[in-house]
Amino acid sequence: MSTVSSILSVRQLSKSFGSLQVARSIDLELRPGTRLGLIGPNGAGKTTFVNLLTGMLRADRGEIVLGGKSITRLKPEKRVHLGLARTHQINTLLAESTTRENVAIAVAERDRVAWRMMRYTPIWRRCCDEAAVQLAALGIGELGNSKVAELPYGQQRLLEIAIALVLKPRVLLLDEPAAGVPAAEAHAIHDVLERLPREIAILMIEHDMDLVFRFAQEIAVLVQGRVLRTGTPQEIAVDPTVRAVYLGRGMR
Amino acid sequence: MNRQQPAVARAASPRFRVRLRWAWHLVPWGVALAVYFLGDAYLSLGTAALEMILFTLSLDLALGYAGIITFGQAAFFGLGAYAAGLFSIYVMPDPLLGLAFGTAVAALFGLLTGMLILHTEGVTLMMLTLAIASMVAAVALQASGLTGGDNGLQGIQIAPLFGVFPFDLWGRTGYLYALGVLLLWFVGAWRIVRSPFGRSLDGIRQSPRRMRAIGTPVWWRLVAIYSLSAAMAGTAGALKAQTNQFVGIDSLDLLISGTALVMLILGGTRRLYGAFIGAAFYVVVQDLAAEFDPFRWMFVIGGLLIVIVLFLKGGLMDLVDWTHARVMGSGSSGTGE
Repeated sequence: MSTVSSILSVRQLSKSFGSLQVARSIDLELRPGTRLGLIGPNGAGKTTFVNLLTGMLRADRGEIVLGGKSITRLKPEKRVHLGLARTHQINTLLAESTTRENVAIAVAERDRVAWRMMRYTPIWRRCCDEAAVQLAALGIGELGNSKVAELPYGQQRLLEIAIALVLKPRVLLLDEPAAGVPAAEAHAIHDVLERLPREIAILMIEHDMDLVFRFAQEIAVLVQGRVLRTGTPQEIAVDPTVRAVYLGRGMR
Repeated sequence: MNRQQPAVARAASPRFRVRLRWAWHLVPWGVALAVYFLGDAYLSLGTAALEMILFTLSLDLALGYAGIITFGQAAFFGLGAYAAGLFSIYVMPDPLLGLAFGTAVAALFGLLTGMLILHTEGVTLMMLTLAIASMVAAVALQASGLTGGDNGLQGIQIAPLFGVFPFDLWGRTGYLYALGVLLLWFVGAWRIVRSPFGRSLDGIRQSPRRMRAIGTPVWWRLVAIYSLSAAMAGTAGALKAQTNQFVGIDSLDLLISGTALVMLILGGTRRLYGAFIGAAFYVVVQDLAAEFDPFRWMFVIGGLLIVIVLFLKGGLMDLVDWTHARVMGSGSSGTGE
């Protein structure tokens, strides 16, 4: 496992809440353009891990390296500007704003023009234009003027992905992108996930095993804050420890 | 445009619409200008209203747009007032420099205290703003050698505006001066809330989590708007000091923060013109009710507030929108959004 070729390396990452260890020296490598699935039972520490990566939580020990640069001590917004974007499991979208505004403000932040207070009209228009293009690319272009609160849940999840993509990340963290979406709308999300640009390395956290095994080239199994096993979907599917601890009887 | 077209068709044509869209701005400013010609009797009340509009506008920026729950706005108002007053006494009587000084002092204080407290939110933040405002008021009361303490700051002399227009006994110059300053700040605020910066503040108000996830330096943005809002409140205080040629200790009173909040909610938050209408309405009703019954006028204001909070979620601006929609036809909704 060569760290030089990795876009994201996690080394010995640990975090405790009091006596509860939620991350126990996690090691993980993500190479450019690969799709890594992170699975594990409820309470295994998957979302905690994402929060450690994005900087919402500060790690107790260990290191996170993004593109050769240590980001362990950086604030969340700094990590975003270095190319680490995420989608949220719970809804954090700007509900009172329109779909296009949600994306356009991300464009403005990416281009560092969100400080502009004066002489901004052409700049903002350009942000909105790019937002419209991104929304159209994900098949929700006609919803640009809709308030987010009025969107069906599935389309809100697509909007989450649109916002993350417009940040032009090198690493994208997808936190259960299809969770809670009715089956009728889920295929639109699956389509989008399959068509994500190849140059982005993706870490997907997902409960839906069908989706993970189809999407990921590599899977890491997290149990009680520890990486139990890493391997290809085929290897994981037949691994006896994984089956015993996590997949249990439900696996094909 | 074709002269033969019937009036109805002309009203519906897009170009006419666009012109009307901007024409409604003339209504509030036209009314404000008309007050000047109404007669000297209304000028002192009018000037007080303009100053409160500016102060309420500053609260709309911090609380309405950025969602900073603050009760400490009085500190900036009072600091601006004392700074401008002291500047005229000890440095020079020029009104514009005094105004700039009052504004700068309030902005600096907003910057420093903002950096101190804006990493907190909710009730904690509210308590901190209250605490800071109380401390400023206590210091001003104690430092009576400088501020005049309970007796207020007296002896303020203001030189003629631009060296030409003296501040007369009737407050004619003062009224137009306050109106001009308000207009400048209003245009600035109008631009700012529509800028990428303003939109990022709206995002922070709705979801700081989301904004951090797209790379927004949330704390810095909040510090920036807090300081800007403090500057605006400082200007309002400085205007009051200059037009009254007196600064009372009550200009630092926490009650002023509360009054501005009531004005903002009466008029409607996040509209800018809501601050305009709310403050003007409050000052006029206060004046009328005080004439009618000086002891129970708060009852009137309280009742109005209850009615508006319960039935007009967007404040008096809801009524404006309703009227606007009637005049413009069903095709347009809202003013200025």
